[in-house]
This record gives sequence, C-alpha cells and structure tokens, in this order.
Amino acid sequence: MKKSACCLGVESTADDFGVGIATFQGEILANASSGYIPEEGGIHPREAARHHAEVADKVLSEALSKAEVKPRDLALIAFSQGPGLGPCLRTGATVARALASYLDVPLVGVNHSVAHIEIGKLETDAVDPVTLYVSGGNTLVSAFDSGRYRVFGETLDIALGNCLDVFARAAGLKHKRGMPLGAALEQLAANGEKLVPLPYVVKGMDISLSGLLTAATTLLHRGEHKLEDLCYSLQEHAFSMVTEVTERALAHTEKKEVLLTGGVAANRRLQSMLNSIAEEHDAKFNVVPLQFATDNGAMIAWTGVLAYTHGLVTPVEKSFVKLRWRLEKVDVPWIK
Amino acid sequence: MDKVDSRTLLKKGAEASLFLANWHGRKVIIKARFPKKYRPAELDEKIRGYRTAHEPQLMHEAKKAGVPTPTIFLVDLKDAMITMEFVEGKQVKQVLPHASQKERQDLCVKIGELIGKLHKHGVIHGDLTTSNMILDGEGKIFLVDFGLGEKNKELEARGVDLHLMKRALQSTHYEMAAECFKHVQKGYTAVLGAEDAEKVFGKIHEIERRGRYVDERKQA
Repeated sequence: MKKSACCLGVESTADDFGVGIATFQGEILANASSGYIPEEGGIHPREAARHHAEVADKVLSEALSKAEVKPRDLALIAFSQGPGLGPCLRTGATVARALASYLDVPLVGVNHSVAHIEIGKLETDAVDPVTLYVSGGNTLVSAFDSGRYRVFGETLDIALGNCLDVFARAAGLKHKRGMPLGAALEQLAANGEKLVPLPYVVKGMDISLSGLLTAATTLLHRGEHKLEDLCYSLQEHAFSMVTEVTERALAHTEKKEVLLTGGVAANRRLQSMLNSIAEEHDAKFNVVPLQFATDNGAMIAWTGVLAYTHGLVTPVEKSFVKLRWRLEKVDVPWIK
Repeated sequence: MDKVDSRTLLKKGAEASLFLANWHGRKVIIKARFPKKYRPAELDEKIRGYRTAHEPQLMHEAKKAGVPTPTIFLVDLKDAMITMEFVEGKQVKQVLPHASQKERQDLCVKIGELIGKLHKHGVIHGDLTTSNMILDGEGKIFLVDFGLGEKNKELEARGVDLHLMKRALQSTHYEMAAECFKHVQKGYTAVLGAEDAEKVFGKIHEIERRGRYVDERKQA
C-alpha cells in the first residue's frame, strides 16, 4: 500500500522534545517525545535545550520507525517556531532546518498555541469551539473570528500550570516520570475536604493567579492546614476562575462548542467544571486526549500540514524563532 | 419576588441572567445570579453575594460621578437578584460596526469621558466592554454590569480597567480597535487632565508588557 504524503513535526518550546508524524489527511502515525525533568526547581532553559539536543536523534528515529516512514518519504518538515523558551526553540528549529535542507523538502514554522487548538479539533469533534488552553506556560481563552484565533481572556501574570507546579514544589512534591506535578497535586486535592478561603481574581475576561499562589504558599508554610485541603482549595479557586472566564467567552461568542487543551487539560476536576458550563449553554464539551494534551510533535506536524496546504511555507532564512509570538498575530487561512 | 407579572429571559450571560419583567407596572430588568454548579457552594455563595451587594453601590457611586446607570429598585441579597430600570436602547457593541467614522469617533470620545468620570470619582468598572454600554434614543450612554467593579483610586486599577477596554475592542472590533481606543483615550484625557491620563496610559503599557508573549517585554 502506498502511503500518503507525510509531515514530520518538531516540538521543543519548553521541557518536552517531541517528534510527530501526520499524513496530509490528518492521521497521526507517530508521536514520540522525551521530557526533561529538572533535579530540582523549574525548567532551566539551557539545561532543557541540552536535553533536547541529546535526545533529538533518538526521538526522531523512534517516530520514524513507529510510523514506518523513511526520511525520504517525508514531504514536509514543520517545527514549533514560538512562543517559548529561546534555547529550547532554537534546538528544535535547528533539527527541523537540517532535516528540511538535507531532504530538500519545504519547511514550515508553526505557532505552538495554534497547534494546541488544532490538535484538539483534529482529535475531538470540535469544529469551531471556544478554547481554554491551559499549560505551564499559557492560560488563555480563545475563539476563531475573521481569519484569526482571537484572545478573549488570558492570565495577567502567571500561567495556571505554573501556579500549580510552583505550589506543588513548595509542598515538596516531586516530578516523576509518568507522574507530572499537576497529577500529584490533583491526587492530593481529591482527598481535600475543607475549602480554605483564597483570593479569587477575575478582571473582565482576564484572571490573575499570582496573588492566589502567594496566599496558598504562605498558608502552606504556616502549616495550619492539611496539605490535601490546601491543594483542594488552590485547585477549586484557580479552576473556578478559568471556568468563569471561559463561560463569559462562551456567552459572548455564542459558540456551541467548548474545547479544553494544553497540559492542565488532563485534570479531571477542571474537565468536570468546563463540562458543567458547556451543558449550561447547550454547548458540547470536548477535551483533547491525554497524549495530545501536553506539548507534542504530532500537533506541530498536523498544523504544519494545514499551513502548507494553504500556501504557507517558511524559507530557512526566515525561520528564526519567535519567543513571544502571540496567538492572535497568526493568520489561519485554513479556517473559513 | 412578588408583583412580578411576567418575566422573559433577555440574555443568559455567564455571570448572570437578565430578565425583562413588569414590576408594579414598570418595565424592569431583573438581574439574577444563579448558583454555579461548577464551583463549591461556599465559594459560589460568597462570590454571588459579594457581587450582588457591591454592584448597586457602585452604580450609585457612578451616578454621583455623573455617569448614567440604570436606577436600582430592589436588591435581594438572599437570592442574589437586582431589580433595576430597563434602559431602552442598543448595545454599543451593535452600534459601533454600523456607525460612520465620525459617529464612531464621537461615541468613543464619549465612552472615554465616562470612564474618566468614573476613575476620577474612584470607581473601577471592572468589565469595560462594548456590550456593557447602552446607547439610548437621546444619544446618552448608560454603563451597566458593575459586578466586577470596585472602589479604587490606584493607578494600577485604573490601568487594568482601561486595558480591559482596549482588549475588548481588539477582540470584538479588531478592524477598528486602534482608532476607537485612540478616541477613548482622547475623551478620558479631557476629563482626567493630560498629566493623570498619561500616567494611566503608561500603566497600560506596563500591564501589557507584564503579559505573556508581548514583543516589547524586556528580556530577562
């Protein structure tokens, strides 16, 4: 059987180095990745980039063999061009440029945030959703209108995943393989019983999480509350805030679908809250499958296909990374 | 709620539902904040109670500042409901795209003046969008939806308030957002004076830079 044209996508915006392979028809053939786990603290950009460079060939081979595709069969190389951490982005871009030049196929730079939305749409029934994209680096509510994904609301300071991770580390939780900090926090929160009052800051459609994190961490160090109760209270406050602004965007746009995407989408409690507002507005709730929730190469490969088949390519000389490439600055000509 | 003869749902918002009703022979809006199932009951009651109690106070303060807001008839804290005057008119959100350039600019200057009056009086609206502004038949703009507002004279609060206005214009009226906001600033400056207004505009810039993935944000 002759395989259809394939695109290989490289993702390296933060702590994950991923390579995905998608057909031009939207079938994901492979989604390989390797995550950098810091010994302590958060992501050190230089160390993460070093990790990416070290694992690049292994992850590439893994993806190619999983997809049963030979490098010569690739028709397109896509890479995450931003937003993200400079050293990490540059490592992925270098891999992508080298591949495209060596194989003499087109290169296309993809916006990481757009990719999170597109993979969510590909893997669920969502067509034109209000999207809540929540991860370690991003927290935003977006919906498509007139050629672009518009940002209706976002965090005014730190990202939701960042807020949860920093608290989890302060509480002594450790990042283990297959068990991200957020998941450890979620488990503890499930056993929480008492709601401890914390700041709840919604400003229009935007939210602020830094005060919440400070308050929760202060209470943690004071040691008057059970850790389970604090985890529970932190989650309930933070998730209620993002759910409230998502509901506002839903009421404002009157769209009929909600999509939850990004790493924090894995959280069951957040899923249930969003499901509740979707029901309330007769909208359908969709959540990206777990393997496509965190940063991954498949979403880059698929968004690369969408871009390329709508006339977008990125010449190597213009393939510099864009650390602060906002979602609403990107044209998405594949959506009508 | 007695004396309500009939009640029709006008708008099911996220934060509250608006009903058009007849109350003692008067056409009124009932704003009801129904419980949100997604958040814990204790948190939900706190938020709804706070906003219901606060909103009428801020609307009253706005009136003192010379900003038209609907008259409040009744506040029911137990059920988180506010009964207020029904303002005949159109949302600025609907008017703006069809207005001529001149009308649009005048409208935006007027909006800027209203925000300026609020801020000068120490009131932060908290949710400045063109859906929360009603233009009546006489060209008067009413501000509604003070549920997220607060009494605050700090530069930061003013900056965030205007920043939200700018963001709302960008997401809803993107093709004319820059021009509209420029005229909002003009009206705002006329009320607050150049010196104070510039401080607030500087703050907006700072708030934007604090945001994620902003071009001008300084490299660490």
